[in-house]
Amino acid sequence: MSEVLLQIDGKEVKAKQGMTVLEAAQSAGISIPTLCYHEKLEPFGACRLCIVEVESRGSTRLVVSCVYPVEKNIIVRTRSEKVDRIRKMILELQMAHAPDAFILQDLAKEYGADKNRFEKEPSFCIHCGLCVRYCAEVKKKNAIGFVDRGIRKEISFIPEIAAKECWNCKECFPLCPTEALQAAYVLVEALAAFPSPSAEHASGK
Amino acid sequence: MPRINSPAELEEVRKEILSKRDPNKPCITLCSGSACHASGSREVAAKLEEEIQKQGLSAEVDIRKTGCHGFCERGPIIIIRPEEICYFQIKPEDVPEIVSQTIKEKKVIERLLYTDPNTKEKIIHESEIPFYKNQGRIVFGSNVSVDPKSIEDYLAIGGYAALAKALSGMTADAVLQEVKKANLRGRGGGGFPAGTKWEGTRNAPGDIKYVIVNADEGDPGAYMDRSLLEGNPHAVLEGLTIGAYAVGAHEGYIYVRQEYPLAVENVNIAIKTAMELGLLGKNILGSGFDFTVKVHRGAGAFVCGESTALMTALEGRAGEPRPKYIRSNIVGLWGKPSVLNNVETWANVPLIINKGADWFTQIGTESSKGTKIFSLVGKITNTGLVEVPMGTPLRDIIFKIGGGIPGGKKFKAVQTGGPSGGCLPEDALDLPVGFDELTKAGSMMGSGGMIVMDEDTCMVDVARYFLEFLTDESCGKCVPCREGMRQMLKILTGITKGKGKEGDIELLEALAETAMEAALCALGKSSPNPFLSTLKYFRDEYEAHIQEKRCPALSCKELIAFYIDPAKCNACTTCARKCPSDAIIGGKNLIHIIDQEKCTKCGTCFEVCPPKFRAVTKISGVPVPPPVPEEARTIVRESKQK
Repeated sequence: MSEVLLQIDGKEVKAKQGMTVLEAAQSAGISIPTLCYHEKLEPFGACRLCIVEVESRGSTRLVVSCVYPVEKNIIVRTRSEKVDRIRKMILELQMAHAPDAFILQDLAKEYGADKNRFEKEPSFCIHCGLCVRYCAEVKKKNAIGFVDRGIRKEISFIPEIAAKECWNCKECFPLCPTEALQAAYVLVEALAAFPSPSAEHASGK
Repeated sequence: MPRINSPAELEEVRKEILSKRDPNKPCITLCSGSACHASGSREVAAKLEEEIQKQGLSAEVDIRKTGCHGFCERGPIIIIRPEEICYFQIKPEDVPEIVSQTIKEKKVIERLLYTDPNTKEKIIHESEIPFYKNQGRIVFGSNVSVDPKSIEDYLAIGGYAALAKALSGMTADAVLQEVKKANLRGRGGGGFPAGTKWEGTRNAPGDIKYVIVNADEGDPGAYMDRSLLEGNPHAVLEGLTIGAYAVGAHEGYIYVRQEYPLAVENVNIAIKTAMELGLLGKNILGSGFDFTVKVHRGAGAFVCGESTALMTALEGRAGEPRPKYIRSNIVGLWGKPSVLNNVETWANVPLIINKGADWFTQIGTESSKGTKIFSLVGKITNTGLVEVPMGTPLRDIIFKIGGGIPGGKKFKAVQTGGPSGGCLPEDALDLPVGFDELTKAGSMMGSGGMIVMDEDTCMVDVARYFLEFLTDESCGKCVPCREGMRQMLKILTGITKGKGKEGDIELLEALAETAMEAALCALGKSSPNPFLSTLKYFRDEYEAHIQEKRCPALSCKELIAFYIDPAKCNACTTCARKCPSDAIIGGKNLIHIIDQEKCTKCGTCFEVCPPKFRAVTKISGVPVPPPVPEEARTIVRESKQK
């Protein structure tokens, strides 16, 4: 793989062709905030928090660093007035759903986000898709997925698969940026209809 | 028909078809698209067939059921050739007279003709009717001559000649260069140059490439792609095949909405007959070029009109957009280079190949060439599909072709570009239509939706309506679109309900910025447009709603009240009788009063109050005047005094 030289926050960074700007920044010890990114998963590009400014051939634009591939000689700025303003808004929008999530609270401090800017609609889930994608990409079970679309979109366990696979796994729980509350709740709800394996043993089936 | 093995054989077949057709034989053409079906053309068709048989004319008269003619306001439409007599709003009961009078006796039936609303003159020929006269129908015009289920009809008007020309006389690169030179820009929304897109795919590495027709037209009120695909499916197939040849693709897909059953039916028939004739499939016209097409029916998601979401859906997954930093013409369907253009764009391709880029570039403006089909709807006299040369002023489309605003109302705005387009005011009406011109004015071309609004339309409510549509149709993947629109819709709804507060506009602007800068796909990025363009041109309406709790268009229910002017009320009792909530207090010879507590603001009283009185009015932003005291309510009539 050929190497690409780029500049991030004034620092010369060497990256491999095909890497994303986020990966290049991380390899150089430069931190960019993320919510839906996970090193074991395909980039998703949904939370948009890792947005950065990229200057190339004289023009500057905003790109999402977890999906934007590195290019020769681009100048990346991970913070700017505009980047910070957008991150603040994204955090405020998410905090209408999960105002008490620690990761959001920490980021809110950094970006001056007001958790009360929008009316609260607590649902805990911020649709980062980590649980859904981890189950599909790493565990290859697809026991949990998104249902519906837009503002009605929710995560949901598929009871038939979850009843078999989830009891001994639950690896998605700690991935949840809003403290696993939503995943745990949704799983319990999905499994309510299915007898647990231990219950089956107890009843002598 | 036997398989056609060469361009020469194609011309032979064409000659044969034409030799069997007598141009002087009477032919009744009836529009039979989805819109025409809705206005009853199927019943007319059945009656027509029955009547022709009954009057013993089966051998002497042809009936051709074509696609949409465009003038949907006046459908179903019949054109009788060779005289080209045009009848509108035909009902089954008109049919016997048409057959006996016009077909047999060659007499024109006056009452079925178009009457010019200004001159009151009856017009016999389609080409003389203002709605058609001011158009330039190079793409859509063939619809009236073709039965979409008949490949013979398409061959008779010169169909597949462009394909034959491309395959036999042009290299793939020459085809590509011709389209590039024509500067054909995508008719689906973005206006991206098709030739450049094709070139990227052609030059991309790999043997497997795809061409795709985007027929997932989802804008409210827009139906030009449906009418093209329904009415002239071979034109789309021919364009697609030429594109496939130019980029080196051997497989194509037509992604068409489930909600368009007739388009699905007609395009499937077209594919089947084209396969039988060797105009699709292996070794097309003996050229050695292979190309097949599959139809994929969409499941009804607006976002699947976005190119990457459409490709994701074609792959069998939930239709969500993908980041586009590497364009889909390089990495597209199943990771392969894929050209995606919409129906109208593909339908332009045969014209460019047949007549040349130089002919095509004569039409239009500096940066927008050719014509554009618009779906002209809303508060407009002549609802329908219109095709005009790029550069035609909006004013001509709305007033010359569209016939202006009905009911003597004043024009207020025209919304172009679909839900994520924008609203343009009266001042912008001299704007020539073109991709860059509309974008510069704060709207966009989009796929060609054009919704006309009159003075009774509240622009804040329009923004709210489109935001509601977009919120409902967002895929929900990225935060700026899903959450941003959720909040924008809440704020806008609040404003229309009189709950707007200081700072709402600024907060909406901040949410709009986040969506424009940070949303994943074009749908999300353009989602604030309905708000931004109405704010740009109608800021005073926003301010009136927020500061004075007043709706200037007297449209937002929560901000208006119905009031009976005591000086004008004649105690006719009509409103009191019609009020569904018994909210009108009145009686014989008593001035009527609306009980504001009971009133549901349905507007019935306003509509039924006789025009000679016009006593019921709508008021907004001011308190309802106190009711006339009971003792002063009796009306003393002059005539009875005498």
